[in-house]
Amino acid sequence: MTVAAGRDDGISGLLRASARPLTERWVELTAAPLRGRVSRAELERELGELFEAFLAAVETGSRDVDDEAYAEVRALLSELSQRRARAGFTPTETATGVFSLKRAVFEVVEGDGGAGIAELVTASQLLDALGLWTFEAYAKAREEVIDEQAAQLLELTTPVVKLWDGVLAVPLVGTLDSGRTQVVMEKLLESLVSTGAEHAIIDITGVLAVDTQVAQYLLKTATAARLMGAECTISGIRPHIAQTIVELGIEFGDITTKATLADALLHALRRSGVDVVRGRTGR
Amino acid sequence: MERIPILKIGDVLLVSIQIDLQDRDVLALQEDLSEQICDTGARGVVIDISAVDIVDSFIGRMFATIASTSRLFDATTVVVGMRPAVAITLVELGLTLGNVRTALNLEKGLAILRQIGGTRADVLGHADDDQPVDR
Repeated sequence: MTVAAGRDDGISGLLRASARPLTERWVELTAAPLRGRVSRAELERELGELFEAFLAAVETGSRDVDDEAYAEVRALLSELSQRRARAGFTPTETATGVFSLKRAVFEVVEGDGGAGIAELVTASQLLDALGLWTFEAYAKAREEVIDEQAAQLLELTTPVVKLWDGVLAVPLVGTLDSGRTQVVMEKLLESLVSTGAEHAIIDITGVLAVDTQVAQYLLKTATAARLMGAECTISGIRPHIAQTIVELGIEFGDITTKATLADALLHALRRSGVDVVRGRTGR
Repeated sequence: MERIPILKIGDVLLVSIQIDLQDRDVLALQEDLSEQICDTGARGVVIDISAVDIVDSFIGRMFATIASTSRLFDATTVVVGMRPAVAITLVELGLTLGNVRTALNLEKGLAILRQIGGTRADVLGHADDDQPVDR
């Protein structure tokens, strides 16, 4: 890399000499497509830091962005891309941030005509590589966001809530598939063991469609709960789902079904010997 | 072959299964248990399977067989502590255990027997709040 250092003195000199106009122009060019979604002051700070780090890296003489000298630039860039990715900017808008420095360099060079082709090509290659780096970091950040959301979704699907002493409920929302139902089933049965609750309510108010397979799973869960010594009630069956169930010929057998979660809770309370009485003062 | 111990607590026979059951263990247990019920005149049988991880259809049927046998001696069978995985397996096998009573744990199982009146109250140390049912 020392050989390259001797040859490329021009580019670092150029950057150092016109650091101020370059940064200003860069901020200007980057700000335009972002249309005010990032404040001018923030952009100036971000790009100022980035420019300083870039300049320092170029001055070491290294021309390889994977080199140790560019560690700070890479760190700053991936930080920037992650922020952009999370704020919902497009990949183009993010990568343009780097590429517009290239344009700024070209304009400055054009202005005073001092630099040669070699310097420009080097600068261009460096910035292209950094642009690609930005894009990669952006994609990685987006993947992280997606992974987080998938995990959140799975957690959302299986909340086992305690309604009363000895009464657990699972409110199911959305579309049920075999994978999800399996998770729900296992989690509910595990909770029955760990809490010692004798009543479980599966509420399907939020379930949009029930087919034979889903009905089968619900039945299996209720039967398994019964085998373990707990009682399972299914509540919140919507009118059109009730019709589907009858049309499909699914028999719920002796498993208790209730129209609403409130009815199911009342049923569970009665079964566990709790009386619900309206208080005299409670009106 | 290991024999599964059958413990007598007052009117209740307690069987706690701590090993992976082989078919012949099951057969031996069924035999021992019916002899014991007959000898002791027990009114209730509690089978604790909280340590059992693996079941097959043969073991699944064992519970129903034991329940039917003890029914002939007028004793109620309660299976307690079934693990979720075991319950799911039994459901997948299509076994519903017929009229076997189940409970989440030993305590609740004994409470069921007490409720039915199949056991004398003082056995379980609740002589003050539970009176023997007079039939």
